[in-house]
Amino acid sequence: MDKRAMHGIIISVQKKVCDVRKKIRKFASGTGKFFKNPKKYISDYKAAKKAIISDVYTPLVHNPENLLEVNNLKMYFPIKAGLLKRTVGYVRAVDGISFNIKKGTTMGLVGESGCGKTTVGRTILRLYKRTGGQVLFEGRDINKLNKKQLRLIRPKIQIVFQDPYSSLSPRMPVGEIIGEAVREHKIVPKAKFNDYITKIMNDCGLQDYHKDRYPHEFSGGQRQRICIARALALNPKFIVCDEPVSALDVSIQAQIINLLKDLQREYGLTYLFISHDLSVVEHISDTVGVMYLGDLVEYASTEMIFHNYKHPYTEALLSAIPMPDPTYKMNRIILEGSIPSPANPPSGCKFHTRCRYCMDICSKQKPKVIEVEPGHQVVCHLYDKEQLNSLGIDPEEIVKHEK
Amino acid sequence: MSKNKFHLSALTAVFKKKAVAIEAKKAHYISGKESRRISRTNRRITNRIEKERKRKHVPESEYLSVMRDPNNVVEFDNVHTYFFTDIGTVKAVDGVTFDVPIGKTVGVVGESGCGKSVTSLSLMQLVQRPQGQTVEGEIRFNTGSKVYNIVKTPTSVMQTLRGNQMSMIFQEPMTSLNPVFRIGMQINEVLELHNPEMTKTEVKAKTISLLELVGIANAEGVYKMYPHELSGGMRQRVMIAIALACNPRIIIADEPTTALDVTIQAQILGLLRELKDKINSSIMLITHDLGVIAEMADFVVVMYAGRIIEKGTAEEIFKNPLHPYTKGLLMSKPIVGKKIDRLYNIPGNVPNPINMPDYCYFKDRCVKSIDVCNGQYPPMIKISDTHYVACYLYAAKEEK
Repeated sequence: MDKRAMHGIIISVQKKVCDVRKKIRKFASGTGKFFKNPKKYISDYKAAKKAIISDVYTPLVHNPENLLEVNNLKMYFPIKAGLLKRTVGYVRAVDGISFNIKKGTTMGLVGESGCGKTTVGRTILRLYKRTGGQVLFEGRDINKLNKKQLRLIRPKIQIVFQDPYSSLSPRMPVGEIIGEAVREHKIVPKAKFNDYITKIMNDCGLQDYHKDRYPHEFSGGQRQRICIARALALNPKFIVCDEPVSALDVSIQAQIINLLKDLQREYGLTYLFISHDLSVVEHISDTVGVMYLGDLVEYASTEMIFHNYKHPYTEALLSAIPMPDPTYKMNRIILEGSIPSPANPPSGCKFHTRCRYCMDICSKQKPKVIEVEPGHQVVCHLYDKEQLNSLGIDPEEIVKHEK
Repeated sequence: MSKNKFHLSALTAVFKKKAVAIEAKKAHYISGKESRRISRTNRRITNRIEKERKRKHVPESEYLSVMRDPNNVVEFDNVHTYFFTDIGTVKAVDGVTFDVPIGKTVGVVGESGCGKSVTSLSLMQLVQRPQGQTVEGEIRFNTGSKVYNIVKTPTSVMQTLRGNQMSMIFQEPMTSLNPVFRIGMQINEVLELHNPEMTKTEVKAKTISLLELVGIANAEGVYKMYPHELSGGMRQRVMIAIALACNPRIIIADEPTTALDVTIQAQILGLLRELKDKINSSIMLITHDLGVIAEMADFVVVMYAGRIIEKGTAEEIFKNPLHPYTKGLLMSKPIVGKKIDRLYNIPGNVPNPINMPDYCYFKDRCVKSIDVCNGQYPPMIKISDTHYVACYLYAAKEEK
């Protein structure tokens, strides 16, 4: 073999050995720290963790008009890596959002997939343990309840899941699916149990003889009715509807939406309606929140969102809806690219990478929540007049220029 | 005496209830004997068709045909695609007739299970065999030089057409790409198969230009990526690139945007429209979203339970819907900017596909049914040159 080549191989092997040694030293230094002073190491680690998830908010004062109040809610999912499964980062699924829902009204939550809508719904129900913030249900912080108290409050907050094909147990007859929790929570006395289930099923448009059937015998629309009946049977005050009509056909969608509206009128229910279909949200909700990458970018009454939208993202979302009218000419704003990763969100305003009105400041500074009109909140630099004045930018000019 | 009578009436009531329950069960129940008999007859039918299909050296004259109108790419002529199952024959497509003109987009709408996907699969000859068979009718496909009758075309010839002259974009980009091959290789495969004269470097260059064509900025990078590294919208773009690889004469888009977000949907639809003009091919767009159809399609076909109930230009269907089902579909969709208190919903459900009634399939759900509806299935009634509807409500007007 050629001497030179031999030499090259030796050098490369030496380099590799060096690399491995470095890695070992790095690892040992970490563990060494741990063994030197375990208490300090752990407290340091916790402090670092806390710094990432800073839980700063002013506690809410409960307003009796509101059934649900959400204050700076955060839900981070840890990313674990390495041999010791240490947390190396966080997926910021929900990054500090606040809203409240009045009794007997519906709030719609819209946004692209992956923006954290479903996580909000689940965190409110305490199906996930929240990272930060406050969720008040009738003035009580859901996250501070103990097991017993939580059990008492569970029947009052229910959820209807997106996919009726996978959210029903295939081994239970429908009567049992609906009745299981009723029996468990002792909603009605035993003697009235059967009549009660029948009544709930009738209310949801199911027949008495469906009780002994299994979920596979039903169509998609009917399954979604079973899901709604299951939630309704516990006499809830608040239902989270997590995309209840997305998996259904158009004509069946209309049936389910009408059913939800009728039930709201009859029982005085409050809904959080999560959907990516804006036309459905407009039809059913009283207030709408638009989410982007874990942030609530615009929050107002339905009318304001659909007719007097402010945030550029809302504008783009609304313009993307296809209209069932071939002669309708629309001024479509097509957003470039797709939603960035929530594990590594863009700096400043998270939307600035796709925004067509993007300014210099957008990538540097996080925008504040601005109340444009009473009850209309926007998180965008374009409407922060004081700041723009100090920078000498006229927002109208930017908008005009783009249009 | 009176006590006895009461007992009797109570008993009869119980029996009646049971009888009703048994009757309800019977409608879905088939005895083992009956099921075996059905499967035997099914096998006889499918074996006969399969035998005919598997012949070697089928003469060209058998599967070549003539177009009714040379300006069409595809003509569906009274197509019947049946599925022979053990509980009975499912007539998934039952006499469908429509044309796809060159350079136009035809939208097919309907609820799930109405046969819109099976119609497109029949065109590609991709219906699950042997239980699924196109038993009657002609699907004429115009390649420019020759006209094939897809129903009779042998598989070996189909392989030269499929992916080359006609291609398909499937609903779920997540499941229709192979997870163990790189994106580049999956596009190369199509090109290599249909263009054996191309060299490897030519194929790669073409693949990269295709990726650029569908709006992927980092084409060189994506060429080496695996499907899981891409987002849903990007995967759908790759699927479109594969479909476009050989400049097909017709692209079948089977719910191309159902699995995507509104913003990504807008991107993909814009791309499809742009590309259609660029390579001058036709699109057959299958979806249940009326908004997408209105935006994309020149002609619309509305299907219900395996049959076409209304067809016409997009303007005719959306501005002047005639069939009660089309009207119901249009009314049941909430529209942004239009405030209504209650959505219209079509009463009832889609009928069981195994035992279809002899009368109009929509009669039981129709709010406008008249006496004639109890008779035969209504024929297609001509309203204008392009607008046809299958409903007796308009037959009477025509006669007057």
